[in-house]
Amino acid sequence: MSLDKATVKNIANLARLEVRDDELEHLVGELSNILQFVEQLAEVNTDGVAPMTSVAHMELPRRADEVTDGNYPDKVLANAPECHDGFFLVPKVVE
Amino acid sequence: MTELTKLTLAAARDGLKAKNFTAVELANAHIAAMEKARGLNAFVTETPELALERAKLSDAKIAKGAGGAMEGLPIGMKDLFCTEGVPSTACSKILEGFVPPYESTVSANLKKAGAVVLGKTALDEFAMGSSNMTSAFGPVINPWKRKSDPAAQLVPGGSSGGSAAAVAARLVLAATGTDTGGSIRQPAAFCGLVGIKPTYGRCSRWGIIAFASSLDQAGPMTRTVRDAASMLGSMVGYDPKDSTSAQVAVPDFEAALSGDIRGLKVGIPREYRPDGLSDEISKLWEDGIAMLKAAGATPVDISLPHTKYALPTYYIVAPAECSSNLARYDGVRYGLRVEGKTLDEMYAKTRAAGFGKEVRRRILIGTYVLSAGYYDAYYIKAQKVRRLIADDFAKAFQSVDVILTPTAPSPAFGIGETDDNPVTMWLNDVFTIPTSLAGLPGLSLPTGLSSDGLPLGLQLIGRPFDEETVLKVADVMEKAAGFSAAPSGLEG
Repeated sequence: MSLDKATVKNIANLARLEVRDDELEHLVGELSNILQFVEQLAEVNTDGVAPMTSVAHMELPRRADEVTDGNYPDKVLANAPECHDGFFLVPKVVE
Repeated sequence: MTELTKLTLAAARDGLKAKNFTAVELANAHIAAMEKARGLNAFVTETPELALERAKLSDAKIAKGAGGAMEGLPIGMKDLFCTEGVPSTACSKILEGFVPPYESTVSANLKKAGAVVLGKTALDEFAMGSSNMTSAFGPVINPWKRKSDPAAQLVPGGSSGGSAAAVAARLVLAATGTDTGGSIRQPAAFCGLVGIKPTYGRCSRWGIIAFASSLDQAGPMTRTVRDAASMLGSMVGYDPKDSTSAQVAVPDFEAALSGDIRGLKVGIPREYRPDGLSDEISKLWEDGIAMLKAAGATPVDISLPHTKYALPTYYIVAPAECSSNLARYDGVRYGLRVEGKTLDEMYAKTRAAGFGKEVRRRILIGTYVLSAGYYDAYYIKAQKVRRLIADDFAKAFQSVDVILTPTAPSPAFGIGETDDNPVTMWLNDVFTIPTSLAGLPGLSLPTGLSSDGLPLGLQLIGRPFDEETVLKVADVMEKAAGFSAAPSGLEG
């Protein structure tokens, strides 16, 4: 698969990564090269093979639905670039 | 006092117990070495004051005949482990200034055992790399030098390169690493160390900054097999905070070093001998097989037919998981923030400024293979091939007890000697990635030097949760190989 600039731009947008227009050409080449490398998997016959999502042979453990953590808003907010009155601050999202 | 930095972890432990020296003396000797070796760039954050405080506590405990398995022993902590009150950066600009309000389980286990942490060691950004050159804080220098060109600066490997350089340069007795596709084993090989990635699920991943959650595992990097066995015991254990943490008994890993491997069957996979494997690495491997034979083990020719597909499988699975894990860096809750007019613009600008090239590349690939229309063709396909790779190992382990391969296709290379093609760099991990995909324990130990005087490593792979056999065989090989070389100026 060879990518084009529009596709790379779209992927970058999905990943919320700003990519400058003058970087696109290089990225198109680099990412296409990687995809060509991984596409050799197509030659492997995987009919009837179940996808492996985890190597751990276990059921996802469950626990009681109880609050076991929390009640320290100061610690939660301690690393925030911007916060106010117990909230994280972000640019306005609703006009 | 410099002699204290040349002790093994086990010898230092015994020396403390025998009161031949104090934990404070041991810490001071290593702090002095660390400060003298700043040119290696092995540490991101040094914490000598904290270390001395801890060492004093250790001395008090030892005086009372108490203390844990790692009591008073100076170690380095890879800067991928969140450490309470100490900056944890993952060597990324996006986490600059981040000070975790909590402690990772593995680092907490080590501290509980009495370990004295000297500081946080450098890594490839978010552990994505095999050279330490993707760190936002500059490359780490390998203390080993080429005989032919001692001025050339070599990479320590990666991603746990700062840990590897620090242990090899005798700045710490041991260090933690994490391994997603070879990040403990390859730097261990490049720096003449022992490094073990235990079975997936042995060490809790809680509080380790996530890269690829189905692959990430923590492990020790040390100068001897005994040290690795000892430190591993203080890192592992079931942790309900990690849903993939295994509820298995923790053996006495050091007790497994019986020295007796008679009758053991050692698999030699023919697919690990690709065209173009250097004569030097081939010979190292042959020598390793001969050592095992001499000790009474039987080499068995085995096949792991899907080996060549491990690298492309990994470079779908790992970026997919990385793109998902790194979505959390958005400039809202921690780390870097670059303002934008809208929320989306702030995200995009923050992430563009905060992530380096290799991380960006992997996020983009991961986003692509997970996107609508490509998910089945790439991601699901890779997960299917991953199962075939794991099945290859399961089948092989029906007839062998352990597998021996080279760790890396070359010795340490020079900073700036690689080309721009990312795939070339990825080939460093061609022998370590299959083990990671299968979740098996893998250990690298140094068994020889290249013609240019650089360390070379062999890898031992074991059955799930059978680190004991891996360590036992490694211990026998270590004695047979008699690897005693050290970086220039640090011999003896």
